[in-house]
Amino acid sequence: MSTGLSWNLVEDLRQLLSFHFMLNAMRAGTIVAVVSGAAGYFMVLRRQAFAGHTLAVVGFPGAAAAAWLGVNAGFGYFGACLVAALIIAVLPGGGRAAGTSPAAAGEESAAIGTLQGFALACGFLFVSLYHGFLSGLTSLLFGSITGITDDQVLVLLVAGVLILAALAVIGRPLLFASVDAEVARARGVPVRLLSAAYLVLLGVAVAGTSQVTGSLLVFALLVAPAATASRLTARPGRGLLLSVGIALLVTWLGEGIAFFSPYQIGFWVTTLAFAAFVLASGYRALADRRGTPGRRHAPAGAAG
Amino acid sequence: MQRSEVADAPVVRLRNAAARVGGRAIWSGVDLTVRPAEFVAVLGPNGAGKSTLLKTILGLHPAADGVVEVLGEPAGQRNARVGYLPQRRAFDASVRVRGVDIVRLGWDGDRWGMPLPGFLRRARDRAAADRVAEVIALVGAEGYAHRPIGQCSGGEQQRLLIAQALVRRPELLVLDEPLDSLDVTNQASVSALIQRVCRSENVAVLLVAHDVNPIFPYLDKVIYLAHGGAVTGTPEQVITAETLTALYDTPIDVLRDRAGRLVVVGQPDSHAGHTP
Repeated sequence: MSTGLSWNLVEDLRQLLSFHFMLNAMRAGTIVAVVSGAAGYFMVLRRQAFAGHTLAVVGFPGAAAAAWLGVNAGFGYFGACLVAALIIAVLPGGGRAAGTSPAAAGEESAAIGTLQGFALACGFLFVSLYHGFLSGLTSLLFGSITGITDDQVLVLLVAGVLILAALAVIGRPLLFASVDAEVARARGVPVRLLSAAYLVLLGVAVAGTSQVTGSLLVFALLVAPAATASRLTARPGRGLLLSVGIALLVTWLGEGIAFFSPYQIGFWVTTLAFAAFVLASGYRALADRRGTPGRRHAPAGAAG
Repeated sequence: MQRSEVADAPVVRLRNAAARVGGRAIWSGVDLTVRPAEFVAVLGPNGAGKSTLLKTILGLHPAADGVVEVLGEPAGQRNARVGYLPQRRAFDASVRVRGVDIVRLGWDGDRWGMPLPGFLRRARDRAAADRVAEVIALVGAEGYAHRPIGQCSGGEQQRLLIAQALVRRPELLVLDEPLDSLDVTNQASVSALIQRVCRSENVAVLLVAHDVNPIFPYLDKVIYLAHGGAVTGTPEQVITAETLTALYDTPIDVLRDRAGRLVVVGQPDSHAGHTP
């Protein structure tokens, strides 16, 4: 960037937001951080990281094909991720590692892994058909700070609000179905339907996040904040809020640093998210060794 | 008279019920009546259809024939009044959700909405929190309910799951092999806990067991599934050489060891039952 860091943080922030592309980057970053922090919390809880990764990888050929056909890349991301989410939803087991027999899970992950390779190859083909520049390829894969338009921010906002509203409606039964599927089913929770609905929400979240972080670094925002939060608290409500908070923090910091440094935004966001995860894991290991399993208090009405 | 009849109305009623799994008849002609606060064990060899019986009663597996009623309605209609503990492997160590949250999901996990952190909850949630604390105290899980459930021992997890099944004050508790994964000491204490809950909460218990000994002194009734059929009665009537010989249609011995433990000898494996 042409600007330098003055170490006067207020002045730096003012300077950063004086650029319209930075303002849009911050807006888009804020939206995708909140959405992926919330959607990612359930993904980690449900152990669907592999399914989530597949959605992210499939977004790349979608966006590349859209660029080749001269359509907005956003449509490519959303279209490809939604189709992939629906396909995974109809697979037996719905892309979940837990609850299926190890053999079936292995078979399924082999099939999904094969699909991932194919998706990457297709994306590469579309990029070369487009006669795209190498920079186009890198920003599809690793994200770009500069390219976000007002329209894109609006689309992300609409998608984000829809996802959060849907999660607010299905959150509790989804939590029940995620940790305790059999009991939830006996209680009348539509486990299978929730699983499909969640995958669709995840697909939309991944498609939105990809547009900021690129297809390969979606995971910085989708997994790391949620995994970090779950190491810090075992309370579902707090974990969800903490996951969103960590995602916001690493996004804002990462975008700020990227503005003042020659390196890609994806690198900074990923590095910060990774650092948070390592710190939280270290804290957890120490806390568990000292035998202090979080804050404890006796429940009201406890006898003796 | 009317009142006592209503109070004594059967919690579970099976008449000439039959079940098929994948087109194969598992059992048929099964009659069973479970009354309020009765402790009933479902016994039998592997593959006799014990879990299928529970799933039929929960309405998760349709009966192939006969009548299956729970709390006066066809199976599955009154599941809100039934607490269920499926046969399961334990939560593994990576599950970082507290025991108290698992119990709480038994209370309102099927309601639409979002789980909120404590400081954002409204006052009406206090009633739920109080009931959760009450059942946790009832099963004696206060010491570890605030730990992630993955870090609790098998016996501790089983107590928390019983609390989850109890939290909505069910009239029937359906437990699928709750003692199987436990050591002998925990088998005895969890059996005593279930018996205590059965009496104090006035809830009927239907429990699948592999080994009848830990629960034998507490049982009101036994249903023994084998050979495609079933016998029902008090444990003293059912677990005898004569009854089981008639059920299996092959000589069976029921022995007692020096500690008074019952051992059923000579039962053919259900899968191998048809080979000469």
